[in-house]
Amino acid sequence: MRELDASKIVDAVRTMCMHANRYLPKDVEGRIRECAAREEHPAAVEVFRQLTENIKLAADSGLALCQDTGLAVLFVDIGQDLHITGMDITEAINEGVRQGYQQGYLRKSTVDGPFSRKNTGDNTPAIIYYTMVPGDRLLIRLMSKGGGAENMSRATMMAPAEGWAGIKKFVLQRVAEARSNPCPPIIVGLGVGGTLEQTALLAKKALLRKLDDVNPDPDLAAKEAELLEAINKLGIGPMGLGGKTTALAVKIMTGPCHIASLPCAVNIQCHSARHEEVEL
Amino acid sequence: MAEYRLNAPLSEADAKMLRAGDVVLLSGTIYTSRDAGHKKMVDLLDAGKELPMPPQGAVIYYVGPTPPPPGHVIGSAGPTTSYRMDSFAPRLYDLGVKGTIGKGIRNAAVKDSMKKNGAVYFGATGGAGALLSTCIKEAKVIAFEELGPEALRELKVENLPLLVINDSVGGELYVQPDLKAAGLE
Repeated sequence: MRELDASKIVDAVRTMCMHANRYLPKDVEGRIRECAAREEHPAAVEVFRQLTENIKLAADSGLALCQDTGLAVLFVDIGQDLHITGMDITEAINEGVRQGYQQGYLRKSTVDGPFSRKNTGDNTPAIIYYTMVPGDRLLIRLMSKGGGAENMSRATMMAPAEGWAGIKKFVLQRVAEARSNPCPPIIVGLGVGGTLEQTALLAKKALLRKLDDVNPDPDLAAKEAELLEAINKLGIGPMGLGGKTTALAVKIMTGPCHIASLPCAVNIQCHSARHEEVEL
Repeated sequence: MAEYRLNAPLSEADAKMLRAGDVVLLSGTIYTSRDAGHKKMVDLLDAGKELPMPPQGAVIYYVGPTPPPPGHVIGSAGPTTSYRMDSFAPRLYDLGVKGTIGKGIRNAAVKDSMKKNGAVYFGATGGAGALLSTCIKEAKVIAFEELGPEALRELKVENLPLLVINDSVGGELYVQPDLKAAGLE
């Protein structure tokens, strides 16, 4: 059995928090630039100009890309032949978040409870999902998830008869109602199937996919393209000011579900899609 | 659509002159507040006390900045989503606040209050917090320090780039989603 000292987890999480909030993933920046080049509406052109300037400034200046440095959401795959030593893994991850948000001059946006609402002061506890996997590695995927776009997300339980048409309508209505609130251009993570909570997790995991990947399932790839085209026809545009780019991408993840159910969740991500992964 | 360089606090005439779509480069003194800070301000008013800042002509920026890295007066400082302050905004406009800065749509009560009070709602680019912070030259906490990022700050700004989203005559810049084109109607 392979051993891994928990201090390596602390270091890795700290570094990811600090790095993710200053440097957008290349695929996200690339898609922003592609979409910017296609815009003709002056307001959309100006928003994209500010966003690309902002990306450069954050990298050069040490400032965070966005003041909402989010909740730290982590997906952790633990190899079943890995033995973590020295500290509880959850404690190690939270210590990494604590150090990263402090040392990276990131905003602490976590309150201790929904009613008491006292800021915990160090952005912990993080939101952590563990999965046991074969092997002896540890894969940690971090997203700094802002509240504005998260607030525009929704889940629903449809009847199977509603099918793809019902899901498409649900997503389009959600994006149309959200309008400028979630900082368009957005990325739409769509979970379909599973149970109430699993469909929401699928939607969030979909946001970790690279924007330039191609869904290996040709049917889902076609559905992603169809939905992206329809969303962009809404014409909401960057910051809700009009234009061709309401969404940068649609990513779908699916799972088996009950004969009675068609669960569906839309997790909306703003254009500042900050996430990283590391394997230890 | 015009472009103006204006100073905050805003005069009544300046606020009334603005129309949806105008570009404003705002300089002067503005105040930051968001969810928890608004609750505290309204609690003060309910208790018959005064606001921590003079409301007359005030511009309130809905923002919770990141801490300043060394060499900066403030960290990243872009707008937060405004609708969460909709339940508080009319009361502040009634007291003389002439502008709010955020991103996202406002409800009918806020728009009516802007018409009644000759006030406006500005949009700044969400997710451009590093860039917008370069327009902030001074920042100090003047109330509710315990709220951390949500504390009430006084900012000195220079040429903060804003768009008038809602004006005092019912104009709005945000586009209506084209439901028909998207196949929803």
